[in-house]
Amino acid sequence: MNQERQLKAKLGLDVFKPATVPPIRIKPGMQRDPRLRPALKACPAGLYTENAGGEVLLAADGCLECGTCRLLCGTEVLEWAYPEGGAGVQYRFG
Amino acid sequence: MDKFEVIVVGAGLAGLASAYTLAGAGCEVLVLERGEYPGAKNVSGGRLYVNPVRDLFPDLWEKAPLERFIVHEGITLMAAERSVHLNYSGRELREEPYQSYSVLRSKFDRWLAERAEEKGATILTGVRVDDVIKEKGKIAGVLAGGEELRAEVIVACDGVLSLIPERSGLRCAGLPRDYAVGVKEVIALAAGTINERFHLEGDEGAAGLYVGEASKGRFGGGFLYTNKDSISLGIVVGIQALLEDGRALDVPALLDDFKSRPEIDRLIKGGTTVEYAAHVIPEGGFNALGNLWGDGILVAGDAAGFALNIGFTVRGMEYALASGYLAARTILKAKEAGRFDADTLAVYKMLLEDSFVLKDFRNFQAAPALMENPRLFNHYPEMIAGLLRDIYAVPAGTKQRLYPTLRKTVTLGEMWSLGKDLKAMMKL
Repeated sequence: MNQERQLKAKLGLDVFKPATVPPIRIKPGMQRDPRLRPALKACPAGLYTENAGGEVLLAADGCLECGTCRLLCGTEVLEWAYPEGGAGVQYRFG
Repeated sequence: MDKFEVIVVGAGLAGLASAYTLAGAGCEVLVLERGEYPGAKNVSGGRLYVNPVRDLFPDLWEKAPLERFIVHEGITLMAAERSVHLNYSGRELREEPYQSYSVLRSKFDRWLAERAEEKGATILTGVRVDDVIKEKGKIAGVLAGGEELRAEVIVACDGVLSLIPERSGLRCAGLPRDYAVGVKEVIALAAGTINERFHLEGDEGAAGLYVGEASKGRFGGGFLYTNKDSISLGIVVGIQALLEDGRALDVPALLDDFKSRPEIDRLIKGGTTVEYAAHVIPEGGFNALGNLWGDGILVAGDAAGFALNIGFTVRGMEYALASGYLAARTILKAKEAGRFDADTLAVYKMLLEDSFVLKDFRNFQAAPALMENPRLFNHYPEMIAGLLRDIYAVPAGTKQRLYPTLRKTVTLGEMWSLGKDLKAMMKL
């Protein structure tokens, strides 16, 4: 839990511009697909979580657009796009 | 309807190098960047080796917003409870022109974009390219924000995921084994403190790579670069290692563990993290390169797979700058011929082959496979650090002779595998 808070605090340092549509989504009906599971630990922003029913959920806010989940889980289980122009993370140092 | 001569997708180093060169030669070029400003989406460890690209952009370097020139090259074998640190410093690193610099991409790319604009390039920010326009098998432009933008030729510099080349049919979605993910923090620290802690003067800088525990014995490692008044600290780990059931690594925790190592903690103590970033990195080398051109399209930078990790140096930015530049030279030749079909654009391949870009990629073709050797990350750091522990140990009573101490670690079996690993290294 402490780690989760620490990660939230780190993401809080970054500048994000809101997107009107979430650019990355778990495809309907795929929430239990095993291909999603590696993202639970791999997502650098910790945006993938699992609920009590064993479904993988994705929170859209705080995405660093790194691309890890696209490579790891693939586009059969994820709808994957970059956020619309001007939206998403805006690195000041990079 | 507007038709441009050249549309460049992405204002990273490849795209900006391309635009700068094209605009400088009088070409009409439009750069489309999805970030709020050039550099907004761009992350690197951040180390730029200038020598290979110095002459391609002779006017750029003097005023470029580079951070520090690197005079200390460190490599640390990090075992679970000990580490072995090797520092290289040499006169040539302290003499101008300096070999390499730490950089912060948001700053650098923004500045480079201004230089490209001065040459006459148009850069539109906040514009995401959604797709390419295909006509009779040729790429005729791009779709962005519901608008059709047509061009004689497009240069895809859209970064490591290479979505534009994928949409153009030049490559398939990448495989986990050909990529790594890097996560890093930029930690603000006073310049004077950095100089003291790293034994630097003025704008001198230090670079460090950490092998072993930093990536929990898996393919990857930690890195540290000193900037003017901050430290870039991060870890890189192969995407494949994130797939392995039961042993999969927790990426955010990996960086926190690395930060709390005593070797690192004392270097960043008192610093304030000001940014947290993550980005995927191409690691597949020559064999993972996609198609580099097609009818009406050229691919440069990370989008082409141009990043090369050979252990001691991890490079991508020079390849991005050079491939962007060579894509521009190709387009200028094609413009003379008045044709932008794949046959005409094949000049790009020739230019890349003649340059350090594909020469390096061919020379180091074996590197990605060698880096897959798990012993490099999970065995040697522990073994070497353990050997040094025994060599330096002074127990109560008598100390063991050195040779038997050495042989306790370097057994016949160990020598045998070491020999095999060294033999494999001969390909490098």
